[in-house]
Amino acid sequence: MTTMAEGAKDTPLIAARGISKSFAGIEVLRDIDLDLARGEIHALLGENGAGKSTFAKIIAGVHRPTRGTLALNGAPVEIPSPIVAQKLGITLIHQEPISFPDLSVAENLVLGRSDGSPLGRVPWAKMTRDAKGLMDLLGVKIDVVKPMRGLSIADQQMVEIARALASDSRLIIMDEPTAPLTPKEVETLFDIARRLRDEGRTIVFISHRLEEVRALCDRVTIFRDGAKVQTDTIGNLTDADIIRLMIGRPLREYMKKLGAAIGEVALKVEGLTLPGVFSDINLEVRTGEIVGLGGLVGAGRTDVARAIFGVAPAASGKVTINGKAVVITEPAQAIDLGLAFVPEDRATAGIFRSLPVEQNITAAAPGKIAPNGFIRRAVERTLATDSVRKLRIRLASLRQPIGELSGGNQQKAILARWLLTDPSVLILDEPTRGIDIGVKAEFYDMIGELAAGGRAILLISSELPELLALCDRVLVMSEGRLTANIPRAEATQEAIMSAAVPRSGREAVAA
Amino acid sequence: MNILRNVFLRREAGIAVMIVLFCLCVGAVKPRFLTLDELRIILLLTPLILIGAMGQMLVIVARNVDLSIGSMQGFAAMVTAMMFKFHPEIPWFLGFIVAIGVGVALGFVNGALITLFRLPAIIVTLGTLNLYRGLTFIISDAKQIDRQYVPSALKSMSNTSPIFDIPWIIFMALGVTLLTYAFANHSRVGRQVFALGSNPTAAPLRGIRVTAVTLMVFMISGALAGLSGIMYASRWGFVNPSNTGFGFEFQVIAAVVIGGVSINGGVGSVLGVFLGVMLLGCVSAALPLLGIAGASQSAIYGAVIVIALLIDRSVRLRGVASLAALRARA
Repeated sequence: MTTMAEGAKDTPLIAARGISKSFAGIEVLRDIDLDLARGEIHALLGENGAGKSTFAKIIAGVHRPTRGTLALNGAPVEIPSPIVAQKLGITLIHQEPISFPDLSVAENLVLGRSDGSPLGRVPWAKMTRDAKGLMDLLGVKIDVVKPMRGLSIADQQMVEIARALASDSRLIIMDEPTAPLTPKEVETLFDIARRLRDEGRTIVFISHRLEEVRALCDRVTIFRDGAKVQTDTIGNLTDADIIRLMIGRPLREYMKKLGAAIGEVALKVEGLTLPGVFSDINLEVRTGEIVGLGGLVGAGRTDVARAIFGVAPAASGKVTINGKAVVITEPAQAIDLGLAFVPEDRATAGIFRSLPVEQNITAAAPGKIAPNGFIRRAVERTLATDSVRKLRIRLASLRQPIGELSGGNQQKAILARWLLTDPSVLILDEPTRGIDIGVKAEFYDMIGELAAGGRAILLISSELPELLALCDRVLVMSEGRLTANIPRAEATQEAIMSAAVPRSGREAVAA
Repeated sequence: MNILRNVFLRREAGIAVMIVLFCLCVGAVKPRFLTLDELRIILLLTPLILIGAMGQMLVIVARNVDLSIGSMQGFAAMVTAMMFKFHPEIPWFLGFIVAIGVGVALGFVNGALITLFRLPAIIVTLGTLNLYRGLTFIISDAKQIDRQYVPSALKSMSNTSPIFDIPWIIFMALGVTLLTYAFANHSRVGRQVFALGSNPTAAPLRGIRVTAVTLMVFMISGALAGLSGIMYASRWGFVNPSNTGFGFEFQVIAAVVIGGVSINGGVGSVLGVFLGVMLLGCVSAALPLLGIAGASQSAIYGAVIVIALLIDRSVRLRGVASLAALRARA
């Protein structure tokens, strides 16, 4: 194992020069010159498709550059595979940790490290002991003999970090690690990242969240359209600077609520209860109104939405839609009643990954494309084309599997799907999670337009600025109960957070 | 308490309970079922399936499937039996090498087609199931190799041994089981099989040579199918181009799935598969004893498999639910 001290103090750990990468003739990275210093936390920022992940994957040996050179501690180096990268002390932690869910945590830590012959014995006892040691070192409580499958995403990331430490990595790249984490888990992650930096390791942090980058990182490099735009110390850039550099134009006031006429009650929920999950939920949403639903992850917000939509119905309570009392036991019923639900977990609950975009768009409106049971291809195509134009979905072809689209465009397609059912009530669950800032702005516009068009919108979000900017009212849930109903004028980050934090003996509110 | 709960949450416990219950029920009607003689009959029904199931388990754990093992068994058995018939001068124990060698070659063809051309295993082995069976007819001219050509030393392996008079083939099957256990749980490459099945996308990123591992499991499956082929000749004394190994894949895959191997890969244990084979053995032995006509045996056999899976699933779901409830309370 080489030591971390080798090379002069000011030689960068990694020096990339003229790195370019093409996939199938399309250039996705162009002439990147970038130095990563030792003992720094370096943020890579940019919209989806800007090239930051591709660049990270080149350093980690997942992709090979089409042109350009890399130097490690001043010496030229080739990184043809992730295994070589790991031997050189470079570990990439993917956004969704790539692990073997059926194997134990301890096995996940060492598996694939190419030491020993294939028929060599697996040293179970030593492996378990070492794994425990690493968990203690990180200060996390993870049972290393349990399978990975049961772990939260936060814990899975900790295992990945432990894996990086197991091979004494000098460079740890985290690709959007915080997207699926709760605020508390983010804090833990940041503490560990800072500690690793102080040990002289380099952390590359890829994120969409400016406030996190500001809280954690020393330097930032901004990518746009496959090129590096700027590298600077974070203190030298304002948020407005960074956004301008990322999207290439100054961002107009991208968060605003259009003035929409607020009308009749479209969705009314009374006393909705599912024992152990949420209880006595009362809320109403009027046409033209955007009602936010805030709270910490795990507060039961998604469960309420799923109950209203009939995915996992509540045990008791009353739901009224457009003045009519209804009992919804399955989503098909909800759709017929004019409800739409954009789920939180796009990948597993939203898209049909391998199906073409057009089928994904028309999936919830069979009545429109197949009035008598047979699908009319021409109608399907027309409807899909319309949606793509209206929502500005960027794609190569309508026949393209939706899985190939970027996250933001997938999300737009799902929104398009629900708009085709012409819903009167839209429930959006974390609609902008993992979407880059340019598309986010478009999304906010769209949500505003939908409300202005007379739809009632229930917006579940963990991003406070989003709630504050878009909503007429913000409801807050904590531990399965509604704890606040804050009108727009009084809504502040503090008001929402203080209602979201669990505490005992608090009264539920009627909303 | 904790340990006890963990034991009962394990898949193997459910199968063991089912075996005991099944034997007790049959024994209540026909007390003869619970005698040592009957145990011997059960054990003699299982060694071929057990050996085939060890290979199939590795294949399924690696998120593949091998439908061709019955035909590989038939082909390897036929080649070996023809060698005995036309070259009686060759020492009989070399038959093992020939049978296993033929199996490895056939397994290699499966694995190569799957890895080189990235074809789904279910399609490739469905094709070779027919191909290898057809080749068996061609090389044998569709004729059975009769008892007199199979060396009596080989046949006697299925009758006796110096140890408690338990036939050699049972020990061989148990030996293969133990070797598979060591391979699957204690060798690096064995764990890579589990990793590959658990997450095929992550495997190459962690330096697992996916092609080599996949090829290897199909060759092991072939080798064990070949071994079961010569054991068929030993057990029954003849090799028939249409009967030998016919439907073998069905029994083997049933045993593996009952034994708790996830068809989605990544999950499975040698103990579970062993118990799955034993459950099938008990059922096979019980049916004639209960006087169930040969014609309906197949239907009942199939029904038992489905019922076993249903019981297992509901037991496990309840186990998981009660565990979750315990956790929620804590």
